[in-house]
Amino acid sequence: MTERITKSMAKNIYYGGGTFALLIFLALTFDTVHQIPKRSNQQNMTENVVAGKKLWEDNNCVGCHTIVGEGAYYAPELMNVFQRRGGADEGTFKAYMQSWMAAQPLDTPNRRKMPQFNLSKEEVDSLSDFLIWTSKVNANEWPPTIEG
Amino acid sequence: MKYTSQMVAKPYFIFALILLAGEILFGLLMAVQYLYGDFLFPLIPFNVLRMVHTNLLIVLLLFGFMGATYYLIPEETETELWSPKLAIITFWVFLVAGVATILGYLFVPYAELTELTFNNLLPTMGREFLEQPLPTKVGIVLVVLSYLLNVIMTIVKGRKTVITTVLITGLLGLAVFFLFAFYVPDNLIMDKFFWWFTVHLWVEATWELILGAILAFVLIKVTGVDREHIDKWLYLIIAMTMVSGILGTGHHFFYMGAPEYWLWVGSIASAVEPLPFFLMILFAYTMTRERKIQHDNKIALTWAKGTAVMGFLGAGVWGFFHTLAPVNMFTHGTQLTAAHGHLSFYGAYIMIVFTMVSYAMPILRGRPHGNSQKAQKVELTSFWMMNIGMIGLTLALSIAGIVQILDQRVGTELIGFMESQESLAGIFMVRAGFGVLVLAGLLTYFYSFFVKEEAK
Ligand code: HEC
Ligand code: HEM
Ligand code: HEM
Ligand SMILES: [Fe+2]
Repeated sequence: MTERITKSMAKNIYYGGGTFALLIFLALTFDTVHQIPKRSNQQNMTENVVAGKKLWEDNNCVGCHTIVGEGAYYAPELMNVFQRRGGADEGTFKAYMQSWMAAQPLDTPNRRKMPQFNLSKEEVDSLSDFLIWTSKVNANEWPPTIEG
Repeated sequence: MKYTSQMVAKPYFIFALILLAGEILFGLLMAVQYLYGDFLFPLIPFNVLRMVHTNLLIVLLLFGFMGATYYLIPEETETELWSPKLAIITFWVFLVAGVATILGYLFVPYAELTELTFNNLLPTMGREFLEQPLPTKVGIVLVVLSYLLNVIMTIVKGRKTVITTVLITGLLGLAVFFLFAFYVPDNLIMDKFFWWFTVHLWVEATWELILGAILAFVLIKVTGVDREHIDKWLYLIIAMTMVSGILGTGHHFFYMGAPEYWLWVGSIASAVEPLPFFLMILFAYTMTRERKIQHDNKIALTWAKGTAVMGFLGAGVWGFFHTLAPVNMFTHGTQLTAAHGHLSFYGAYIMIVFTMVSYAMPILRGRPHGNSQKAQKVELTSFWMMNIGMIGLTLALSIAGIVQILDQRVGTELIGFMESQESLAGIFMVRAGFGVLVLAGLLTYFYSFFVKEEAK
């Protein structure tokens, strides 16, 4: 099969095909960048949400957890922890987060551990707001179930 | 060795292999912590082990690619390297930066590390694979720039071949797409979108060019097939890479907040992504069949063929398993992803480094015909140990992934993440076992360097 293809044909597919794919990719990227604010409800991205994202990164939560399906597979998905542990109610979830973060690490022997991060009440509140905001992103119906 | 400046490749190869041993060691520590949560906790929490594991992987591959480049560029361009001294300085700078970063991870709590390293000025840390402190990221940019400068200056003054063109295109792409590591928008979804510009466009576009170029170089050397023929194959492979891999980025945009059209674009384009990997198999086996010489370094050719096959399995087959949107709905972010991540990185990139080391190292050590038959036999044993170990590890993770999906995501009788993981203890034990086999294989590989030459 490859006998009929010459070096210059292959070279042309590389440059032509590559450029073509790159151009489509750029166009779609442009469109996506315009759609993400709407799909992620950027208008609800308060200072608290932004601070929460920074705390999420500074404490490397993604080194154990996935969020929106990306990260590590050692601990539960957190995109929908708002629904799972807070019943989609902000008050309930925030109270849960305060007690959860304060209780770490749990002392069940040999259960996987989450460290104690010594965060202030306000910081945990920001993290909660960040997780609530994330739970409302339009991710095409993902995750499929409440268990993440 | 035709050019004395090729010698600079040697420390790069040696250090890459040492880092690989470290990577695997940390992998095993994680495998134990997966089962016994109190192991090393709170001394080294899981996220730290994982950072060390994956960052060692990235850094070792960069060392490997650099070593491979410094070895092949003088031979391809038929001229000495522009500045061997710069290459050695770069080596030490990168080594010190790499070691300091790993020590930072291990001995400074991450939140403190972010403060110490100016992360508040330009936040870039705390994202998967890109956890490095700002000074390290800047260091990587400088190291890569000095490396690119050296390679480009050498190519400019020497012969230009298809291999050098493809290689330099890949390296430029590597440098350009790393710059997205510095762009961290406040919107998590936007952040994730551009994060993939580094991660996916590295492994499934630019690095594939580097992989193709190194594979082509080694095949020319050990089969003696003429260049015209090799060039055609190389172009064909990278053409398919570009056509499928760029738009294939869409397979990460299904369920993360990006628009619906990616469900189609990502599925269709990435369904073609296994093709370049399959062509690599045809390439390696066709060149072997049509070979003009019988090189005494047989094991180098074995590695080259192994890279093609294992790369196809890990990237092509295991990638295809979860690359169609309706399937990815259920597999997204499970142990199945980890299974694919392991076999693809190993099969394509770790193995191409082994291929190059296996071909070049004997020459750099004054054995133009390869190592002794006895040493090659030991190396062949290590080849099988590592390959079987990685396949076993991947199969174990795949089973774990399927069970996890059935537990958490299918039907109405769902159980939670932690409960599901606990029920997987047995299979995680098996994963750890195969991990030990991989480590034993690597140690056997190291041993092959010290097998005495037979007196001729
Ligand atoms: C060293 C690993 C590790 C890190 C880092 C980590 N976690 Fe966890 N996390 C866990 C584990 C393990 C569990 C499950 C604990 C259990 O069920 O006993 C968990 C559970 C949770 C839960 C409850 C999820 C559920 O569905 O029950 C929340 C919320 C959470 N973590 C938030 C965070 C946040 C926020 C951060 C960052 C500040 C973080 N975690 C960092 C390991 C980690
Ligand atoms: C041989 C023993 C090894 C063991 C036991 C091991 C174990 C692990 C573990 C436990 C994780 C974390 C998974 C999670 O997030 O929950 C991981 C991640 C990872 N490892 Fe390994 N590893 C090994 C070797 C390797 C090798 C040789 C490579 C590279 C070729 C590699 C590449 C990776 C990558 C890329 C990730 C991130 C995966 C992802 O995010 O999908 N590992 N490994
Ligand atoms: C050598 C080349 C490749 C390497 C090194 C590689 C590596 C990886 C890694 C490490 C991840 C996990 C990223 C994360 O942590 O979130 C991943 C995800 C993924 N890869 Fe690859 N990959 C390669 C090629 C391919 C190919 C060819 C395909 C498709 C045919 C593919 C399909 C996917 C998909 C669909 C995901 C997302 C999984 C999820 O939703 O969780 N990969 N890859
Ligand atoms: Fe990808």
